[in-house]
Amino acid sequence: MAPPANKRSGFSRRAQYSTFFSYTAGVIGAVVGLGLVVVSIASPGAFSGVRGMAADMTEPAGQATATGRAYGKEALAGIGGFFTTRSEHARLERELAEAKVRLVEAQATMAENRRLKRLLDLKEAEPDAVAFARLTSSTSTSTRRFATLGAGRDKGVAEGMPVRSATGLIGRVLEVGASSARVLLITDSESLVPVRRARDGVPAFAQGHGDGTVRVRLINLGINPLKKGDMLVSSGSGGLYRPGTPTAIVTEILRDGAIARVLSNPSDADFVMVEQAWAPEAPPQPASPKTGRE
Amino acid sequence: MTMARLSRRDGTARQRINRAPSPLLARGLPWLTILLGSLLPGLLLIASAPVLPPFGFLIFVAWRQLRPGLLPIWSGLPLGLFDDLYSGQPFGSAVLLWSIAAIALDLIEARLPWRNFLTEWLVAIGLIVAYIVLSLALANMAGAAVSLPVIVPQIVISVLSYPLVGRVVAMADRFRLTPFMVLR
Repeated sequence: MAPPANKRSGFSRRAQYSTFFSYTAGVIGAVVGLGLVVVSIASPGAFSGVRGMAADMTEPAGQATATGRAYGKEALAGIGGFFTTRSEHARLERELAEAKVRLVEAQATMAENRRLKRLLDLKEAEPDAVAFARLTSSTSTSTRRFATLGAGRDKGVAEGMPVRSATGLIGRVLEVGASSARVLLITDSESLVPVRRARDGVPAFAQGHGDGTVRVRLINLGINPLKKGDMLVSSGSGGLYRPGTPTAIVTEILRDGAIARVLSNPSDADFVMVEQAWAPEAPPQPASPKTGRE
Repeated sequence: MTMARLSRRDGTARQRINRAPSPLLARGLPWLTILLGSLLPGLLLIASAPVLPPFGFLIFVAWRQLRPGLLPIWSGLPLGLFDDLYSGQPFGSAVLLWSIAAIALDLIEARLPWRNFLTEWLVAIGLIVAYIVLSLALANMAGAAVSLPVIVPQIVISVLSYPLVGRVVAMADRFRLTPFMVLR
């Protein structure tokens, strides 16, 4: 291709000035950008208001595309199901027969549980949902993992509330706008979820890895007790995340922990539930409040 | 007005009676496509890893390569501001990187006057890789801790999709100069 038109300004004062000023403006743009980056690193919440307004503005479009996404997924699943119907049917019947047996067992366990809890005089802590909404958009081009929720202050969503889907923990609310909220997904590298192994309660932390997995760090050092396929649930230590929410499944063992896959893929979740931030009950008062001075 | 002319394959300009491109479309379409490019990837899927190319940046570079001078050199400032609102990066990172990319592209073009598909792609590859890596560095400075291998798939996808983005921008460029009926 031929070179573009000659951009040399020659002797024309006007052309020289306009070239100079356009380059100056470009450099000023870079300097402004640098300033904004410094401000946003120094105080990460500085631009949350602007971002919230921007997210509110695109929220209707987000709802529409979220609906479209759901339909598209259903259509694809329908086409896929057409080819696997028979084997799937056979497998489901087999599983149903097993599940019926399990159901009876579970009912018995539940009844016993209720009886034991009544004996212990425990109150049932119902998970209190604040809102049900769709995840309307996400930062699919950035290394940060944020998603936008289609519910904001109008539905009673507040900062710090955990967000979960039917299959597991998704993240927590970071910034709230009028009709949308920004969710920090648990796969973000700044997210840290206290977890325990569902089977026996081995405590650990699940830190996001940025690529759809979480890095599990054990609190107890020593021999790594984790096995491939272990289920991790949130432990609720420190509050915020309700204990017992399914979080991740171990896929790879490391020397001092594991890599785990997040159970609830946010792209599969149609609707998500925003829960009240969980607060553990205050520890009992110490038995002898008197200090040594008296 | 040069805008009312359509260049033909042999380089001559052709003008039809009572037809002229809309100045609004001719000036505004590049901006509109870049804004859409910043907004759309987020709406397309709820990703749990950085998988989609930064379309806003790719379209920005493609417009500047196809029509140097159509977008002013300071256009990284407003367009980057809009991208930052939706990208999830620390606010200002796109303003900084897009402005630098525009200046760098201008300097490269002053030294490489003869261009073809391969050199344009190579220059764009350099800019894209630098952009994604520096975005990661800025995000990590602001508190994240993501390792380099996580962005490798995104770099590969972005580099391979750039020629496609270039085609789409070329189509948009032809649409930009479509002559419409002039109402008097």
